[in-house]
Amino acid sequence: MKLYQKFALTGVLATAAIAGSDAAFAQASTEAPEDVKYILSSLLFLIGGFLVMFMAAGFAMLEAGLVRSKNVSMQCLKNIALYSVAGLMFWVVGYNLMYEGVVADTGWMGTPTPKVIPATDADAGSYAAGSDWFFQMVFCAATASIVSGTIAERIKFWPFIIFTAILTGIIYPIQGSWEWGAGWLNGIGFSDFAGSTLVHSTGGWAALMGAIILGARAGKYGENGRINPIPGSSIPLATLGTFILWFGWFGFNGGSQLAMGTISDASSVSRIFVNTNLAAAAGVVVSIILTQVLYKKMDVTLALNGALAGLVAITAEPLTPSPIMAIMIGGIGGLIVVFAVPMLDKLKIDDVVGAIPVHLLAGIWGTMVVPLTNSDATFYAQAVGVIAVGIFVSVSSAIVWLILKATIGIRVSPEEELEGLDKGEVGVEAYPEFARGGSAI
Amino acid sequence: MKYIISIIKPHRLEEVRTALSAIGVEGMTVSEVKGHGRQKGHTEIYRGAEYEVSYLPKIKIELALEDKLAAKAVETITESGRTGQIGDGKIFVLNLDSAVRIRTGESGEEAL
Repeated sequence: MKLYQKFALTGVLATAAIAGSDAAFAQASTEAPEDVKYILSSLLFLIGGFLVMFMAAGFAMLEAGLVRSKNVSMQCLKNIALYSVAGLMFWVVGYNLMYEGVVADTGWMGTPTPKVIPATDADAGSYAAGSDWFFQMVFCAATASIVSGTIAERIKFWPFIIFTAILTGIIYPIQGSWEWGAGWLNGIGFSDFAGSTLVHSTGGWAALMGAIILGARAGKYGENGRINPIPGSSIPLATLGTFILWFGWFGFNGGSQLAMGTISDASSVSRIFVNTNLAAAAGVVVSIILTQVLYKKMDVTLALNGALAGLVAITAEPLTPSPIMAIMIGGIGGLIVVFAVPMLDKLKIDDVVGAIPVHLLAGIWGTMVVPLTNSDATFYAQAVGVIAVGIFVSVSSAIVWLILKATIGIRVSPEEELEGLDKGEVGVEAYPEFARGGSAI
Repeated sequence: MKYIISIIKPHRLEEVRTALSAIGVEGMTVSEVKGHGRQKGHTEIYRGAEYEVSYLPKIKIELALEDKLAAKAVETITESGRTGQIGDGKIFVLNLDSAVRIRTGESGEEAL
């Protein structure tokens, strides 16, 4: 798939420089030695992984900015908690459920056991096992982050955390095993490079079910179909969060090349960076222009969502599109957001940060257009993947949400919702200017 | 003694303060407030849905003055606070019964 013959000469020089050996010239080989490949690929996983880890901060800031000031502490607590729970669950069962013992091309799941990180001397393979685990773990955490934004400002902390544990330990790994664990979806030729479906739509479906079962925030939808906007507390924080997510996405998509040991890999990762940036930029520009035309004013929060929708859309295939195609894919992601956000409101599905349009709908769009640029993919396999993941994640998430609702309850009391979750659940206000924290001597 | 409450546009505060200082007003209390008059706020759009902003930001200036200076102050605020557009605000004048300077215990006009 990735034969770049024109790089042959450069390859020789690079190999020789890295290996420091004249023999490389004599062999006229483009291959780097195995240990060099191992080091570079592990490095890609680690760099990509910590970029994606920082996306947890991006989600936290985006959400902190788009909720009201009385719920900011709660949103911050949920974000650091969900990242941590995902990190634990993906070690305890998640990784092996997704990657270990999945029957090739037909498997539906792996084995739910803790991930064994081999001793340094025994760490064979084409990259370090720990670097791979870390890289895959932060993707799992990103999935959980998507859910927290949608259902903000009214969900209780503990049921959310229990849901997160099940999502990151069981639901996400099972559907992930179908494709990235080389199971049945991979067998039928489904293609999802960095997770438009596996990560973003999965988070989006889980969020959608949560939003429906939990209900809208108090006062969001009035009589006669009236929609009452609830503006967020900090546009600067939401903007910072979006930039952090955009920044982290270079690790998300670039790292998903999964190897850095050849000239071809290095070129691919770079091409992915270009397409990822173009798609996000197009998403922003389209949403700014559309809101200007539709509403006579530009909505900054939709511009931020536009960036993320462009990023989600290009994530299913950031390598094969030409720059023009990347712009088109990302731009339509931005368009989806501008139209889907008010549409969800008409359906009375209260999505505080726009995660459903951004992650679910733009994720489906990105997944379905892969065959336009990648001849290895088919519309049939893409549709099967989107539908299968959609059904599995929706049904399993809905069951978990409904059980939680029937047992411990998922929603705070109406009084607590009005007072703010910072007071009711956390006991720490984010902005305590008028409380003791601000005014005491 | 008069107690003068003025509601003005926030961006006129500096002009009003300067003008009041020039006629000898030495102290004032300023607060950021919200409210509306006859024009009833305005409409904004957030994520595709319109909503009314019923309360606009204003500045409230409170002055306690001897009668002679009070009349001059009202005139000064009217001139320096005016933009000619709707929403320039209002001035309310109340009779003030007493005043006390906390540090010294002085009362009446001496306390102003």
